[in-house]
This record gives sequence, C-alpha cells and structure tokens, in this order.
Amino acid sequence: MALKHLAGACALGLTSFALSAPAASAFCGFYVAKADTDLFNDASKVVLVRDDERTVITMASDYRGDANEFAMVVPVVDIPLREQINVANPALVDHLDEYTAPRLVEYYDENPCEMRYRRDMVAMSAPPEPVMESAMMEEAEDLGVTIEAEYEVGEYDILILSAEESDGLITWLNQNEYRIPDGAEEVVDAYLKRGMKFFVAKVNLERHDGSSMLRPIQVAYEDDNFMLPIRLGTVNAEGKQELFVFAITREGRVETTNYRTVKLPSNMDVPIFVKDEFGEFYKAMFEHQTEKENGKAVFMEYAWDMSWCDPCAANPLSRSELRELGVMWLDEGPQNDIQPMPRPGIRPGPQPVDAFVTRLHVRYDGESFPEDLNFQVTGDRENYQGRYVLRHPWRGDYGQCEEAGQYAETLVSRWDTEAESLAKLTGWELEEIKQKMADGGFSASAVGVSEPKPKKNWWQRLWGN
Amino acid sequence: MYALFRPHLVCFLRDMGLRTNATRLFRAVNQDARHWQILALSGLFCISFVTSDFSARPFALIAAIIGAMSAQLIGTVWMNARKEERRATSGSYWRGSSLEAGAVGWLADFQWKSALITSLSLSILLRANSLWFWLAAGFIAISAKFLVRYHGKHIFNPACIGIVTVSLIGGSAAWVSPGQWGQAPIFAAFAIGFAALVLSSAKRLDIALGFLVGFAAMLFGRAFYLGDPIAIPIHQLQSGALLVFAFFMITDPRSTPDSRIARILFAFAVAALAAWLSWEHHLRGAMLYALAALALLSPVLDRVLPARRFEWTSKKETSNGPETSRGGLRPRPHIVRA
Repeated sequence: MALKHLAGACALGLTSFALSAPAASAFCGFYVAKADTDLFNDASKVVLVRDDERTVITMASDYRGDANEFAMVVPVVDIPLREQINVANPALVDHLDEYTAPRLVEYYDENPCEMRYRRDMVAMSAPPEPVMESAMMEEAEDLGVTIEAEYEVGEYDILILSAEESDGLITWLNQNEYRIPDGAEEVVDAYLKRGMKFFVAKVNLERHDGSSMLRPIQVAYEDDNFMLPIRLGTVNAEGKQELFVFAITREGRVETTNYRTVKLPSNMDVPIFVKDEFGEFYKAMFEHQTEKENGKAVFMEYAWDMSWCDPCAANPLSRSELRELGVMWLDEGPQNDIQPMPRPGIRPGPQPVDAFVTRLHVRYDGESFPEDLNFQVTGDRENYQGRYVLRHPWRGDYGQCEEAGQYAETLVSRWDTEAESLAKLTGWELEEIKQKMADGGFSASAVGVSEPKPKKNWWQRLWGN
Repeated sequence: MYALFRPHLVCFLRDMGLRTNATRLFRAVNQDARHWQILALSGLFCISFVTSDFSARPFALIAAIIGAMSAQLIGTVWMNARKEERRATSGSYWRGSSLEAGAVGWLADFQWKSALITSLSLSILLRANSLWFWLAAGFIAISAKFLVRYHGKHIFNPACIGIVTVSLIGGSAAWVSPGQWGQAPIFAAFAIGFAALVLSSAKRLDIALGFLVGFAAMLFGRAFYLGDPIAIPIHQLQSGALLVFAFFMITDPRSTPDSRIARILFAFAVAALAAWLSWEHHLRGAMLYALAALALLSPVLDRVLPARRFEWTSKKETSNGPETSRGGLRPRPHIVRA
C-alpha cells in the first residue's frame, strides 16, 4: 500500500522531536544526538508489522496544511472491513522514528599522563527513564467505478473503490476532489488489472478537531505478498520522494528482494563540529551514499532487537505501543519467556519483547525505482545501527609528560583520519572540513605540534634517530 | 558454438608467442568443462563478497563444501560397493576389482568438481542465520544426487533441491536473497556467466538461452498486458539469482533432458511455472521451486524424446566403468581361466 498524497502540495515532512536527556551507555560514550528526520521534505513514514501473512500497515503523514486539501490514495489487495481500519496516535510513529534514528555518541579522552594508572573503564548503566450521498453513487456507476465500502474512521472518510477502467476511476476521483496528476492512468490501470482496489481517504472537517496534525491510518490485512506499492508516488513526483519503512517482525531483518539493500556506513569517528550540525551531516551523508549507489539502493539505517538499544536514541517502545502499532503476536503463545540480553549497560525496554525492527530509507523516483518495493522477512537477527562517534581530546599541557607529547601527535593523525572519513561519508570538501576543524582548535598548531610535521620513515622510527 | 572458435583461440594464443605457458594453462583448464564453471562461480562469489553488505560468506562456502563433500564421499563409496557387489553376483570371474586397490578403489570416480560447483552455487544463492543450513543444504544436495535416480540419471539439480529443501524446512531462517546485486556487478556477472557457458563444452547454451528467452518473454508480456513501462521487466531481469540459475543451475546436463527439443521445452516450462509462482503466489525464489517441481518432467521427456546421454568426462581420461543409458553396467569381458 503506497502512501502518496495526491492532493495539492501535501508536505509530508517528518516530525521533529526534542532531544531526550543524555544518558550513559555501555559504550562509555554519551549519546548526544539523533538525526532529525525533519530534514527530509516530503517524506512518508510507513510502519509494516508482518507475521507470516498477517500484516498491519501504519501510514503516517506529517501533513500540516489545510485539512481540506488532504487526500490519500492507496492500492490495496482486498476490501477491508471497518474493524480492519484504525487511526493511530501519531506519537507512536514518532517514537519508533526516534528509537531507530541514526545516532551520535561522544567519548572523552583521559589525561594521558594518568592513563598509566587507569583501570579499565567500567560500563555505566542508566536505569530506564521512566460518507456518501446517492448522487455520488450514481455518478460512480456511470464511470464504471464501484464503491465497495465506505467508512468513517476518526477524522477520515474512507472509500474502497474498484473500477473496470482507470479512466473512469481517475475521472471520478478528480470530480470528487482527489486531484490525480496526469500520467497516473497507466499506473492505476496496472493495479486494476492485478485485481487491486483503491483505498482513498479524505479528512471530514466536521469530525476533525482542527488540530494541525493528522493521525496515521492503519489497516490490518492478510496477504502472501509482502510489498509496498510506491508507483503512484512517482507519477507526479517533483524530484525524488523520500520514504521511511519501519518493518517489525518476529524473525529478523527485512530486506527488499527486487532492489539492493545497503547498510548506511556506520561506526565512524567524525570531527567534533558534527555535533552542532548532525542533521546536516546525516542529510549530506545520505545524499552522497545514494549517489554512490546510482540512486538505486534501499538503505538500512537500523536493525535491532526491540527489547533494548545501545546507545539509545529513545527508549524502546512499550508493549502497549507495539500492540497499537499492530504487533499482533505479543499476546499469543507463551509470554515472558524472552529474557533481555544480560549485558551490562544496555537500556532494556519496559519489558522484553519478541520483535525485531528494520528501518529502511528510500529515495526514489520512477526512473530509479520503476517497480513497487517487494520485501522478505529474513532470519537474520544481527543488530545494526547508524552510529557516529565523537572523541573529545584531552586538553592540557602536552609537555607535562612523555605520554602527553605522544598523545598530541596521535591527536593530529586522528583528526586527519576523522576529516578524511567525514569527507568520504558526505562528499564535503576535505580542505573545508580541515579548516573548520582548525577553527575549532582541532589542528596541529592548536596542540603545539609543529606543523607541517614530516612523517618519519619507518627506519627512523625503528632506531629512534 | 565454442567448438567453432576453440581452434582459433588456441592458434591465437600460439601466435601471441605464448605457446608454452598460456596455451598449456588454457588446455589444462579446458580439459574439463567444469573447470570453467568453478572459475566463473568463484568469480561470482568474489563479486558478491566484495560488493554486497549481505553477501556470500566464506564460512558459508566452507560449510557447504564440508556438507557436499561428505555426501559425495559416502555416495561414492556406496556406489563403488554396489558395483562391486553386482560384479560379484553377476557370476563374472573377473576379480580385477577397483576395490582391491584399497582407498583409491573405494573412492574411484569421486566427483569432487561437481560437489564444489554445487557448494559454490549454494553459498552464492542461499542465506541463513546459521552455518548448519549450508552444511545441510550441501549434504542434502549431493545425497539427492545419489539417492533420487531414475534410469541411472539423477532427477534433481543438486544445488536447487538443497536450497528448496532447507528453505522449506527452515522457514525464515534460510532464504534466497535475489536482489542484493548492484547494477555494475550484475553486468559483470552476466558476462562471466555467459563466457563460462560458452567456454565449457557442456553444450548446454540452448537450455540457458531457452530459459532466459522464455522468462523474459513472460515478463515483457505481462508488462505489456498491464501497461507497465518497459523499465519494469528490464529491472526484473537484472537479478543475480536469475543469472546463477540460468547459467549454472538449469544448465546442469545431468538433471535435464537429453535431446535439444526436450531441453528447450523443459526450459520454457520452468520459466512459465517460475513466472506463475512469483506472480500468483509471490514466492521469492520462484525459479528454484519451479525447477525442483518440474525435475520430475525430465525423465518423461527423456522417454518421449530420447537422445544420447551426457557424461561428465575429462577430455583426457574416460571415467571408470561408465554406466549404460539404462543405468546398468557395461558387460565386462568374461574370462574363463583354463
């Protein structure tokens, strides 16, 4: 089911969120920031909960315009009953987004002169923080459009439409103020020929509380095909579309079967200034990595057992939140037999849950993603996260002891590596990065290492002359 | 096709003044068609390993090799023992049995090359969350080769039946990852696959092309029917699984029909069933299921359209005691001592 707003200029940005309080983690680093997905304009967020053929889709929009202008058109395989449709609390999807977001952690170097006596750092752990008129029908019939069902769910008026011809359906939709862009006929036709129906939703202003936020629509259905139709979204696309898919399963990671899934580069040391512009960094990195894959890859940004996180960008979701998102197996079968990972320092969820989340990020258009996204659930439970590391240097008198002098030298080469990896990740100019670092006091001259220090040859280092 | 330009290739190498080493190397590799397949599959394995985040893994390959080789070992010893028994009971006085030569005799005709090809295919196509799955797949694959036979010819393609069995048993714990090849790697891989097939004298280009043409026709036909842009079937054809399947799996001469017409019919049938399974039942490794299911058709086609049986042989030596087309042993000279 593709989430695509076809009305007006529906901005589907992702919600912003306040940074949660920094918490200590098992990495001995402090989690400092998560990437603000608000950066991506026109992004859709879709949560797919899948167990065998049972599926719950939650389609979230961050539409903040005139509610009157909002419309959603999604191809569906079957005619859902009223009980299969629900509206969810938008905070649920936001929480999931925060929990899975790429994260920044920071470490502080110790005084190198004291390091000799230093015992191994002990991991610290933090406790969990706490309808319709008859005229419309007739009109529909004339156009070969059948209204299979109509529901009022929350603030939405929902229709399930089937049609013989795409032309009739598109005419009907346009007459009823679903502005279907030109060029949609072929795509609509292809879905109709596959026997699919159309799920269309509009906001009923009488039932809308006037808040700027529209709640996500959820549909529960059963289908052997695990896919997400994205093609309608490519029809009127002005530029590329941004899509986040959060897939929750029992077994493990979810991957696309008809497009390459790629891990977003992770676990890199980056310069300290990235802390202030983490959003920009994430955006530039995603853009650069997409280009490297010729725009044809689906990026995996997070894959993790939902019982815990380390470091946590947000608390794991509670059982009730998961249930609301559609995790239908939580109350089935034996309970409480899953133990949280017995590792120190991790932040366990409120209760251990048998759920694994995969966060996929796609930037697509009709050219790079001609086909709908097909998924498969794999048994791979290897945890992966987008995590970037800041290492704060120790500042002091580098002439204090021999170790301090050596430390200053390692700092210089460390900063060079950080600058290079940042350039590689984001495509930013290496010289600009180095200049920015120097401005912040992260350069050879700032730590009193003479610059430019010629690198010693290995034989010079060998005998120390 | 290969036969057409093989002499030229050798002459070319000779002309290049590379008579000694290059031609010798070429000839050594060219002695057995399976050498080319092993080289090509190793290349594909490396491409996958280097370019994909969810790639073929060396440990998986090792596990598959252990599974496949142990089954091959057991199977070879069993076959040799059976041959020996048949000889003994056939009333033949001939006692120059291979088994008398000890371990070498027991292991006569140990087809390690075929087992290696199967292991490579398994590690390229199959993904699982435990190494046991590759081990099991390798073992099942080769065991099926020895156990499921009809008229002396094995019915299932080993790698195919190995993957299908473990993914049916393992559920989501074992899966096929068809979409993890980038665009550049896929073209390189297609080139390697094609080259290997042309170079190997297995003479099975017909079935690979038959399948690819049949499958492409289905995809384009469907796109035409649905009114889809041409980009969709083109995108669907760029699949690593499709490539390994077409060039290295369905081309297996030992589990496909003997006559050319029958092979092409067989290829079309597999293409049609694969397309139907993926459209109607949304199976992700549809081709493999299609081939496994239709393998039973191969003996029928052999009966209807008989032809000469293919044998894996090195060009230098013929295999020990080849079986007749009926699966029986060729009669040995009956020597009666005075």
